[in-house]
Amino acid sequence: MRLIARCRDAEGMSAVIEVQHLHKKYGDTAAVGDVSFTVHEGEIFGILGPNGAGKTTTVECIEGLREPDRGQISVLGLDPQRDRAELTQLLGVQLQESRLPDQLRVAEALELYSSFYRDPADWRELMEVLGISAKARTPFRKLSGGQQQRLSIALALVGSPRVAVLDELTTGLDPQARRDTWDLIEAVRDRGVTIVLVTHFMEEAERLCDRVALIDAGQVVALDTPAALAERVETEQRIRFRPSVPVDDWLLESLPEVTRVTHKGDAVVVTGTSKALNAVISVLARNHIVAEQLRVEQADLEDAFLALTGRHSSTSEGTGTHAPAKTKG
Amino acid sequence: MTMTSATIAAPAVRRRSAMTQLTITELKLFTRGRAAVGLGLSVGFPLLLLIIFGGIHSFNMPVRNYGGLTTLDVYVPILLVFAMASLSLVAMPGTLAGYRELGVLRRLKTTPADPVRVLAAQFAVKLAVAVITVVLLLAVARGGYGVAIPRQIGGFVVAGLLAAAALMATGLFVAAVAPNAGAARGIGAILFYLMMFFAGLWLPIPAMPQELQHISHATPLGAAVLALQNATLGQWPTWLQLVTMACYAVTFGLAAARFFRWE
Repeated sequence: MRLIARCRDAEGMSAVIEVQHLHKKYGDTAAVGDVSFTVHEGEIFGILGPNGAGKTTTVECIEGLREPDRGQISVLGLDPQRDRAELTQLLGVQLQESRLPDQLRVAEALELYSSFYRDPADWRELMEVLGISAKARTPFRKLSGGQQQRLSIALALVGSPRVAVLDELTTGLDPQARRDTWDLIEAVRDRGVTIVLVTHFMEEAERLCDRVALIDAGQVVALDTPAALAERVETEQRIRFRPSVPVDDWLLESLPEVTRVTHKGDAVVVTGTSKALNAVISVLARNHIVAEQLRVEQADLEDAFLALTGRHSSTSEGTGTHAPAKTKG
Repeated sequence: MTMTSATIAAPAVRRRSAMTQLTITELKLFTRGRAAVGLGLSVGFPLLLLIIFGGIHSFNMPVRNYGGLTTLDVYVPILLVFAMASLSLVAMPGTLAGYRELGVLRRLKTTPADPVRVLAAQFAVKLAVAVITVVLLLAVARGGYGVAIPRQIGGFVVAGLLAAAALMATGLFVAAVAPNAGAARGIGAILFYLMMFFAGLWLPIPAMPQELQHISHATPLGAAVLALQNATLGQWPTWLQLVTMACYAVTFGLAAARFFRWE
């Protein structure tokens, strides 16, 4: 049932968060220019962008911590400023760089926070699920980074929220702890919580998010699934292989899908459209040539990010040397 | 999109309220780590001084300059305000500024618990410890060294509460304006020593030169010590003493409310 509901949501059936033309200035600097997006029920929605792009400001407006200069925000039909009291009951929050008192113990923190809510989750069970039961009596100061992060997630969930906003969830964690945390987030989503994930890690967004809003310089530059974003920049493909017998360049260059053939030592590097791989393999097969150590370089979210934000554009061929047109989401 | 606001059912069996839980938590935290040192000094140091002074023979003899009171009589109110000032000016500002620095208060703003309740919990805990300490000091002074218990109890309580209000307002103001926990501790400590000087810790007020006595009367703890002294001797504190303390409480309280930042 939930799965079906979620599929329909992708068509825009039920919006949990709606942000329309959000503007926020600090002094003279516009932190958020004109941001609009919709988060559907049951999805993991990523807000991705470089540091200082306006990601945190955007979610702080959603959380009601900051008042937008212009624009509308609706979370579960509530206004984050006007309906603050009700919103805090339904929205779980994990803040970037927020700590607890050094001496506060894990179980105490959870018991305290659960007392704030009308209908809290069982905090002992939550401690179990997050794997911090063994640390119940450990003060916050003595927890590892990963354990502190787990406690922070537990506190975001202790009020049984319908929506959780998690800001820079895995920053500062080692790769193993990061992967564990990702599994955890998926488990939370499977319990029916809609998740907004703020991150600057491509890998994290690619792995977890159903849809991603790419924010740069206070603007939404793209909004789509991670795969679709990657496809947008997938205009070129590079195929590298070592032919079993020397291959005539002409054989490959004659293919309409191929734009260029170069050599690197023994290896042949073929550049072409996204359909080049099939064409190259076919022509090699017809000529009884085996492509050894075949490698295809394809655009991923990272390339999409670079292309769409125009960063690092000079260092990497094929990701656009001129500034990309900004599309508003 | 209208599922939320109408579905509230009053919980039948209530767990501890947020306020109760916050107060219990603040009390526990006060007994641990750095905070515990502040707690120990606030309660233990005045008690230690009382025992030392009580053991000095000459401190138990009436002194003409003090209007026939013993030196110990003069010092008991000073030690009482010492405990209160230590709790309000040394222990509290660092804790609250630290909460802001760590993002504890900001985090609370995203929950249904108003961070104002953390301040309330702090007041409750500090006030409770202050009351216990005052009662303890009076009991030891009376039982151990025969110091007279306050004869004007009403005046004594009013003076004590006004002194506590003035001190907590000042402590809150320090937490409000200090950029971080370290600065809050520093400013709090300086104010503590300054106020305790004018309260007569190093030189009792009647022994001060005339000019210093005038200044002392205008400070919150100078006024507090004289008011408590009056009440001990069976008189109501003077209006000037009470109004002086109330002015500090109101002024710093309003300033703290005006300048306090949650993040």
